[in-house]
Amino acid sequence: MTPDLTPQFLELIRLAATDLPPDVEAALRQAVEQEEPGSAARGALETILKNVELSRANQTPICQDTGTPIFYVYHPEGWSTRKLRQQIEEAVVQATQKSYLRPNSVDSLSGKNSGNNLGGNYFPTIHFEEVEGDALTVDLMLKGGGCENVGAQYSLPYNTLKAGRDLEGVRRVVLDAVHQAQGQGCAPGILGVAIGGDRGSGYYASKEVLFRRLDDENENPELAHLEKRLTEEANQLGIGPMGFGGKTTVLGTKITALNRLPASYFVTVSYMCWAYRRRRMVWQDGNVSFE
Amino acid sequence: MRQITIPISDEVIRSLKVGDPVLLNGVMVTGRDAVHKWLVETFIYKTRPPQGDDLEVYEAIKPLLNGGGIYHCGPVVAGLDTKDYRFVAAGPTTSSREEPYQGDVMRHFNLKGVIGKGGMGAKTLQACQEVPGVYFHAIGGAASWIAQSVQRVLGVYKLDFGVPEAMWVIEVKDFPAVVTMDAHGQSQHAVIEERSRQVLEQLIGLGR
Repeated sequence: MTPDLTPQFLELIRLAATDLPPDVEAALRQAVEQEEPGSAARGALETILKNVELSRANQTPICQDTGTPIFYVYHPEGWSTRKLRQQIEEAVVQATQKSYLRPNSVDSLSGKNSGNNLGGNYFPTIHFEEVEGDALTVDLMLKGGGCENVGAQYSLPYNTLKAGRDLEGVRRVVLDAVHQAQGQGCAPGILGVAIGGDRGSGYYASKEVLFRRLDDENENPELAHLEKRLTEEANQLGIGPMGFGGKTTVLGTKITALNRLPASYFVTVSYMCWAYRRRRMVWQDGNVSFE
Repeated sequence: MRQITIPISDEVIRSLKVGDPVLLNGVMVTGRDAVHKWLVETFIYKTRPPQGDDLEVYEAIKPLLNGGGIYHCGPVVAGLDTKDYRFVAAGPTTSSREEPYQGDVMRHFNLKGVIGKGGMGAKTLQACQEVPGVYFHAIGGAASWIAQSVQRVLGVYKLDFGVPEAMWVIEVKDFPAVVTMDAHGQSQHAVIEERSRQVLEQLIGLGR
């Protein structure tokens, strides 16, 4: 019933690690043009683009920190998630052997690196969801530690920034998170923002929203407006690529809203580095496509 | 672009200024979180007795770090099974995590160059003035590009820390970086942090 898709999962990992998605590359190319000729900011973006081309041509990782592999698996009724997990784990091991992934899974108590990117139920991270129809869709994100470390969660009201429980409060704390991050999350970054939820679901959703394409528009007009405004204002901060100063601090902002408890109003920001490695695989009737 | 050869003399270090783009040449050693903690606890604060090959490794790295450079990097390395090591991807990791240790490591080993990304804080800047030393900012995420400047892997220490955390001794040619903290007390990171804080306060109407 559940076919063996290990080679396809390996290809998904290879693509994600070595081939930056076209929408991200286009945004970086646009950003270069905005920076002053001869500036450190422009130089950084030019190097970044040369690296993107080289990684694609040589099938080598765009960034050495190949991050936590985060899989979102949307499967038809009747598929075995146990078998899919085994296949994904096997593909992760093979990808590590082929140097598409760096061995990144470290035992938090002993400090020992497992060497093959496996370790417990959370490495790699795999979310399963059953969907209607007969297609299997697998989204993969590789999120490095540098940008993960500058993520932030605020509990509103947050008085230091005079941030209340409304979209103006959201705006204030998100800009603060960008300022706190400076260049350390490998700017220019992409902001995934979740309003509401609890501390766990907020972080989950703030990553999930990063699967949206950079050039799409939020269906909610209020959030669409806030996304644009936050991107513009974050760029006014002048942090610039790598924190060198410059016009490009973030490439885009994606916001989602979750229901919350009356007592809680969390704003969660996941910062994604410019090496925005996310890819999708769709399997249907024995045919596989990647995007 | 200015060529810098490792080991670096005090004279060259003092001639470098924030904003200078450089190409690094010579032998450097990778070292990040586990290495800094281990060096400081075992050999500088001595809160932990040397174990296993600790002393042997210490003697081996001393001449490499004297006047040399440490690179905050956890590389992707091919050839692990044959020990015919080759760097596949080797961009910088975030340096600020080494802020508690870096200044002491610089002083202890006479370390001249710290190479990483994101910049470091006041303690490291102070050490840059004393030793003297500079912080070289490499381009974060440009891992395949930077790996091309790694000519050879000369050896590895503390591989039991794991591939990303080990000390890889590498010979580099035309390794691209920008000086963002110099030996004269200047830090590009402090300037940008302050400037962007002022803009932030305007944008959210604080301080009025």
